[in-house]
Amino acid sequence: MLGNHAVVEGALAAGCNFFAGYPITPANEISERMSERMPRVGGKFLQSEDELCSIFSVTGAALAGGKAMTATASAGFNYMQEGIGYAVAAEIPCVIVDVQRCRGENYATQADVMQMRWGASGDHELIVLAPSSVQDLFDYTIKAFNLAERYRTPVIVMSETTIALMREKLVIPNADRIEIINREKPNVAPEEFIPFKAGPDGIPPLPAFGDGYRILHSLNPHNEYGGINWEPDVFESMYTRLIGKIRHHCNGIVQTEKYFLEDAQIILIAYGSEFRPALDAVQRARNNGIKTGLLRLITIWPVPEKEILAVAKQASAILAVEMNIGKYAGEIERVASGLCKTVRVNKNRGFIHTSSEIYSAIEGVVQ
Amino acid sequence: MPKTNPLRKYLRKDSLPHFFCPGCGAAQVMNFFLIAADDIKLDFDKLVAIGGVGCTARIPVYLKTEALHGIHGRTLPWATGIKLHNPELKVVIFAGDGDAAAIGGNHLIQAARRNLDVTMIVVNNLNFAMTGGQVAPTTLQDLVTTTTPYGNREEPFDLCQLAISAGATFVSRWNTHRSYQAINAIKKALQHKGFSLVEIVSQCPVNFGRRGIGTDDPGKCIQWIKKNSITLKKAQELPKQEKTGKFILGNFVEIHKPIFEGSSIYCEQGAK
Repeated sequence: MLGNHAVVEGALAAGCNFFAGYPITPANEISERMSERMPRVGGKFLQSEDELCSIFSVTGAALAGGKAMTATASAGFNYMQEGIGYAVAAEIPCVIVDVQRCRGENYATQADVMQMRWGASGDHELIVLAPSSVQDLFDYTIKAFNLAERYRTPVIVMSETTIALMREKLVIPNADRIEIINREKPNVAPEEFIPFKAGPDGIPPLPAFGDGYRILHSLNPHNEYGGINWEPDVFESMYTRLIGKIRHHCNGIVQTEKYFLEDAQIILIAYGSEFRPALDAVQRARNNGIKTGLLRLITIWPVPEKEILAVAKQASAILAVEMNIGKYAGEIERVASGLCKTVRVNKNRGFIHTSSEIYSAIEGVVQ
Repeated sequence: MPKTNPLRKYLRKDSLPHFFCPGCGAAQVMNFFLIAADDIKLDFDKLVAIGGVGCTARIPVYLKTEALHGIHGRTLPWATGIKLHNPELKVVIFAGDGDAAAIGGNHLIQAARRNLDVTMIVVNNLNFAMTGGQVAPTTLQDLVTTTTPYGNREEPFDLCQLAISAGATFVSRWNTHRSYQAINAIKKALQHKGFSLVEIVSQCPVNFGRRGIGTDDPGKCIQWIKKNSITLKKAQELPKQEKTGKFILGNFVEIHKPIFEGSSIYCEQGAK
């Protein structure tokens, strides 16, 4: 199946019942398949007038009780930052797929990795997942919905041209074998419900519009009752909770994969489609007797700090492999904080690394 | 026993006191809306009130209903998602002329074209009031604002004509002086199935009146609006040059068309 189509099937398997998208290459196959599939499963499809309409109609549908998603590509992702920031501050569960592209066309890149995290103004935390195959696009779109519903926050699926336009084998499990998480709704009557008061996990329940709770949702600083309030204490405690509900749950959110790490001295860190040539290069190095390993980051935001730190303590050198000018490497260097040598392995010309290129980088560190 | 305004039951107590300046037209329009809603017994449990950013956009903050607020110009995209997902909900948008005619202009055109089943109440106070009185796409020519110190050199927008051209199925314009007609128009709009727009030309004594027309007296501002307003019937008799700079009041359009239910609707083969 085509990667973009796997995203659609994953979303529908997760219970997505609202999709909005504005035409942009290389994300169009998501919209096109959604326009065909969504009305047949009782959901709604909107071809929006622009990406702002996409992201805001998605947040509107989500507050009306829907499970909503939009998809775009890098240039369109720019426009969505306003809506993503709103969704974080107003705690609206939704999913955004960004199929990264560069050179103004469908060329391969991971250049939006920082925009995923820092695109919106104001303080926030974001959950971003980095699939590396067609199967991942299916699996992690479902996971994105589950995380969004669990933590009441937007979740971004960081797709890439490489995998979005790739055809690969996809296994779709039976529905009863797919874990689905739905948002918690209030279990008290409207007059007793305090809409932004959270329990110890920091995540308040979310009723749908029309359930009778009459909640005011606003980007402006709001107190536990939802009333707009400009007091510094209200602002500070609101953002402390918003940030904390992600940071305190890193263990439940972060997902990585470890390859050949046991005795590894040279450790590669890669995410997204770059994981594929990186793994190939590591296997080749192993065959040639070089003690190499690979840490694959599936969750790239929040940063898997514990896992990166463990690698930094073990390795003599870390190679940060990326398809951009070297962006996430800064995070890896921050966490490694001088515990080992760090090397940036970058390629920024619209093509994925070959495994030979990465292998050469490993050899370069050995010598 | 002290008397309480019977409409107070519709207000969100923890949002009060409201932030409108004395004599503000947006507050008056909030009152118009509540009178209309009360009269037709609108179910506030199934109502979503939406405001973007601006003075008018604050109205939903004070209404004890489902409410969404805080992004400039994106009220209609929110409404589109809400109505598509749950058509049973009533959606009312409170927009200033900045939200409706400037930053959200394209959304207005598209929602009117689609005949999205929502009501949009536009409080047109002829300037960007909350930010300090800058020129807006609705500001009349030659008027002084904080960003047109030598007088406005741009042609103003006619929001109602724009909505009609784009396909809106209920369009009406009144002013804060014609409260009875304004309330009636809101009532009709709320009961209309399809995209309804009610524009209410409104006074902003503090940021528009002072600079634009030389008075910060709310009464004098309303008199100025009254003086510059003509009814649709009268406008039809006047030559074009005499209509320049006038607010034409009336119910312009009331037609029925299928409402928007999504860009792709599946129907069985042969079915329509």
